[in-house]
Amino acid sequence: MSPALELRGIDKRFGPVHANRAVSLSVAAGSVHGLVGENGAGKSTLMNIVYGFHPADAGEIRVRGRAVEIRRPQDAIAAGIGMVHQHFMLVETFTALENAVLGAEGGVRLSAGLGRAREELERLGREHGLEVPLDEPVARLPVGLQQRVEILKALYRGAEILILDEPTAVLTPQEADKLFGLLRRLRGRGKAVILVTHKLREIMAVTDRVTVLRQGAVAAEVATADTNPRDLAERMVGRAVALQVERAPARPGAARLRVERLEVRDRQGTPRVRGVSFELRAGEIVGLAGVTGNGQSELLEALAGLAEPSAGRIALEGRTLRPGDDRRALGLAHVPEDRLRLGAVAAFPAQDNAILGYHAAPEYRRGPWLRARAVQADCERKMEAWDVRPPLPRQRLGAFSGGNQQKLVLARELGRAPRVLLVGQPTRGVDIGAIEFIHRRLVALRDSGAALLLVSVELDEILGLADRILVMAGGEITGELSRAEATEERLGLLMAGIRGAAGGRAP
Amino acid sequence: METYTLVVLLLAATLRVASPLVLAALGGLFSERSGVIALGLEGMMLAAAFASAAASAATGSAWAGLGAGIAVACLLALLLAYACVTHGGNQVVAAIAVNIMVSGLGPTLALAWFDQGGQTPPLESPAQRFLPLAWPWARQARAAPFPGMVYSELIGGHNLLVYVAWILVPLSAWVLYRTRFGLRLRAVGENPVAVDTAGLSVARLRYQGVLVSGALCGVAGTYLATAASSGFVRDMTAGKGYLALAALIFGKWKPLPTFGACLLFAFANALADRLQGVPLPWVGVVPVQFIQALPYVLTVLLLAGFVGEAVAPKAIGVSYSKER
Amino acid sequence: MSAAGPAKLPRWAEFGLLPALNLAAALLLSGLVVRAIGESPWAALRLLAAGAFGSPEAIGYTLYYATNFIFTGLAVAVACQAGLFNIGAEGQAYVGGLGAGLVALGCGHLPSLLVWPLAVLAGAGAGAAWALIPAWLQARRGSHIVITTIMFNFIASALMTWLLVDVLIKPGQQSPETREFAAAAWLPTLHDLLAKAGVAAALSPLNLAFLLALAAAALVWLLIWHTPWGFAVRVVGANPAAARYAGISPPRVIVAVMLLSGALAGCLSLNELLGVQHRILLDFPAGAGFVGIAVALMGRNHPLGVILAAVLFGALYQGGSELAFDMPHITRDLVVVIQGLVILFCGALENLFKRPLAALLASRA
Repeated sequence: MSPALELRGIDKRFGPVHANRAVSLSVAAGSVHGLVGENGAGKSTLMNIVYGFHPADAGEIRVRGRAVEIRRPQDAIAAGIGMVHQHFMLVETFTALENAVLGAEGGVRLSAGLGRAREELERLGREHGLEVPLDEPVARLPVGLQQRVEILKALYRGAEILILDEPTAVLTPQEADKLFGLLRRLRGRGKAVILVTHKLREIMAVTDRVTVLRQGAVAAEVATADTNPRDLAERMVGRAVALQVERAPARPGAARLRVERLEVRDRQGTPRVRGVSFELRAGEIVGLAGVTGNGQSELLEALAGLAEPSAGRIALEGRTLRPGDDRRALGLAHVPEDRLRLGAVAAFPAQDNAILGYHAAPEYRRGPWLRARAVQADCERKMEAWDVRPPLPRQRLGAFSGGNQQKLVLARELGRAPRVLLVGQPTRGVDIGAIEFIHRRLVALRDSGAALLLVSVELDEILGLADRILVMAGGEITGELSRAEATEERLGLLMAGIRGAAGGRAP
Repeated sequence: METYTLVVLLLAATLRVASPLVLAALGGLFSERSGVIALGLEGMMLAAAFASAAASAATGSAWAGLGAGIAVACLLALLLAYACVTHGGNQVVAAIAVNIMVSGLGPTLALAWFDQGGQTPPLESPAQRFLPLAWPWARQARAAPFPGMVYSELIGGHNLLVYVAWILVPLSAWVLYRTRFGLRLRAVGENPVAVDTAGLSVARLRYQGVLVSGALCGVAGTYLATAASSGFVRDMTAGKGYLALAALIFGKWKPLPTFGACLLFAFANALADRLQGVPLPWVGVVPVQFIQALPYVLTVLLLAGFVGEAVAPKAIGVSYSKER
Repeated sequence: MSAAGPAKLPRWAEFGLLPALNLAAALLLSGLVVRAIGESPWAALRLLAAGAFGSPEAIGYTLYYATNFIFTGLAVAVACQAGLFNIGAEGQAYVGGLGAGLVALGCGHLPSLLVWPLAVLAGAGAGAAWALIPAWLQARRGSHIVITTIMFNFIASALMTWLLVDVLIKPGQQSPETREFAAAAWLPTLHDLLAKAGVAAALSPLNLAFLLALAAAALVWLLIWHTPWGFAVRVVGANPAAARYAGISPPRVIVAVMLLSGALAGCLSLNELLGVQHRILLDFPAGAGFVGIAVALMGRNHPLGVILAAVLFGALYQGGSELAFDMPHITRDLVVVIQGLVILFCGALENLFKRPLAALLASRA
């Protein structure tokens, strides 16, 4: 029997970047196929080609043995390919029903088509265990349900081949397991599922076969049963990797940052952080774990002075912080979660980004004037110390790779020996080589006596770096675990907001 | 009785003044719902005013004027869409460019073609203009002031384009909320990527949205030149396009509230016209310039006080490209 | 994942070739309009160039117009650096004239060296004041500054008409304008200044304000590119969220930049009123505020580019007036058309030439 989906020699360049090099891949009907690779290995590009988002420069796509030409998403949909993107493709003001029918309305007037669609969606929901409220605007649904809407949308369009791009990024481990159950059911009904992820645990848990991409090319294609995480990691990177940074146990000192009953509300007035209290000591890394969207971002921004708390107190070495305080001058540095949104200006040269936030510091000035030469020299030093490549201070930041952008931001924030460092998603969009490098620097900063708060959605990162772990769910801290107590399962339960069962101490 | 007559006439004037605003604002609604800022209403309307007056003067037919007005405004809409959608250009800059270009082009062409100092010749024949339609028994009805006058002055007695504007309000709402096109248009203004992944063309939908705004501005401009007055004079829109946009924003991008906002503007305008030269208690006679400035001040106040950012179509002003 | 992003050009192409191409496209389309009118585009262009640069006197006039456009162009460019599109330079210039004019009317008995600085302060101050409300509304209430500045243009026009018709008009006079300023308030023309230095120059309205405009351009350049404040302005323009992260308050920057922008626009009155008209009169900015948009876009929001683009538009205005003598069907309205087309090509359609040009240059490199 011919495979459900077969790619032959897919090649794609974006200017100088060779994103896919002669990639071939074959996925059988009734199977789950994993696609792994580092950031920038070309996974998303490949899937976007299959879904008609980008045309391939060369190569062939075959569906059930027949060559198909896919130039637009329309063609992919017609060929029975559905995709659930990492960032959901939903119109937030629309209901699930409206989202599902968009582009397949069944008539000029909506009313008739919507009625038919409702029946069909209810049937599909029952068949696959995918029930969702159809008449609620999706913005009001929790992310887990939004993801179901996405899957339902694909099935409604008759998808036989379902691509999921990093679907667990927004889920707790338990929710992820539920999703895997769904994927197995879909497999049982003869669908071909492609799971794109960078998490090896998920590959091992649910896939039948796995393809590893490295630098745009296929590095391996194996049956999942014949491999293991270390083997896969090495194939992804092309060399042996240390999955853990070695470090000495922490020796926590005096409290540096104290947070008391902090509450933060969003623009609509909904509380996002509810009565959070904790302490950050000198010489320790405290990890803040949680599924995206459970208040960690808002907490981080409030601590950094970017959002005004509606209640509670933040004290830095005994001094209560107020909204207008210059936190940098007080020794509080912040590496934001989304560097291109907050932490840097992509259109500016690297050297301007290297002083962002410190641009009024005396060493860059002579009288009222900014000294371009001092700014450049400062950037050259930082690039040297952090091995930023290429070492060109005048190059636009946007032209650097994610890892090098992040190194530059870290160089800036760590450069002044902060007393407290708030760091969000330090390795998001960063390749494995740079991850090791960054992790070692963070541990070194801890060892020099700084207090670090590490916010990350990567449990591996938290488990690898943190001395103490706080877990957030629904805006509250649901538990605290020491490094020794922490297991993925316990964290997962706390992340789902289940306190007692995990055995963590109440904070 | 005196007051009653005044009120009826004031409301009738409100409806007339509101019509070009309603037409333009509804046009802007389709453009903005598709994600393209509708600052070009002013220019499209002014161009249509010139084109309709010129065509009507040349052919002797108001209908030819209407056709020319719509055609020219649609051409400008295509230009805007070409710049903003096809080339991802800055929507505000594109619209301002068109508005400035039109403000020079109208008088230039009018001077060259008609030699009357940058105006079109006055439209003297009734066939060249959209004149008030006499409703059956309107004259008899007027004899009985209530409700006859409401019938003859308020409901009847307007030109055809006023009724077109009225009909377009529920029609727009129906198209926007009850048809496939409306669903897709609303989607593309909120989240174009979602529309793209659903297999629809973002560019095509946005061209359609902008074109609708062009067509309706064509009617609005025709109204100004061939119904509200008899010919084109320079800068005759005097910011009505911007007022329409403000009404659209104040109406939270929904047809009915937008209609209401247009009526509010028009009422202020009609009232101000009545008050010209009339001494008011305490303040005396208000200078005419203050009255003329009223709609602009009102616009600023409305934008300052009532508009929440969150209600605008989310993707408005952002050009869509797959290269994220 | 894509590496494309916005097209990047080398500096010489970005600041030289690209504006030239855009201008050529705008002129080409304008040429089609001239042809449609029934005149010869070539003859028109030759007349225009001769009218603008054909004699020392013509050049003087060109630079006099350019002075207005440098002020308004800088006003638009400065606001653009903070990501604000200031359409209100016209109204700000108009109200600025009220400030400068009132000083000139009221302090005419003082020595020139005292009146001038006072007039500069008052002109800039009044222009800034007119920009303040839209700026504040944008910064604090999120009201779209494009619409509010447009509205303020209309309001300024009504206000000034009322003042000139009912309040400031010289008694016993028909046309709505004030009495003439005392001579002490007049800015000297360059030919007078040069005559004092023993150099003979052609008679033209070009005056001291031209040098002030150049100084303003230099000041803007230093302020925006060589101070921490300018750095903050550019961060707000490029990424407001990152600005907040960097401890910069976008609302404060927005208000400050708009004050500077309005002040620059307000300085137009130094050239137009103190330099040439010597009285406040109806609609003296005559669209210069809108020309400023074209000038800023064409000059890529850089002071040097603004000066060059302002001279170009000065030439279009001066040449356009000369052209109107020989071709009575062509008025300055045609220059407004060119202006709109320049904004279209330099602003909204910049990618039309930019992308192919970038691809061409990349393929040859």
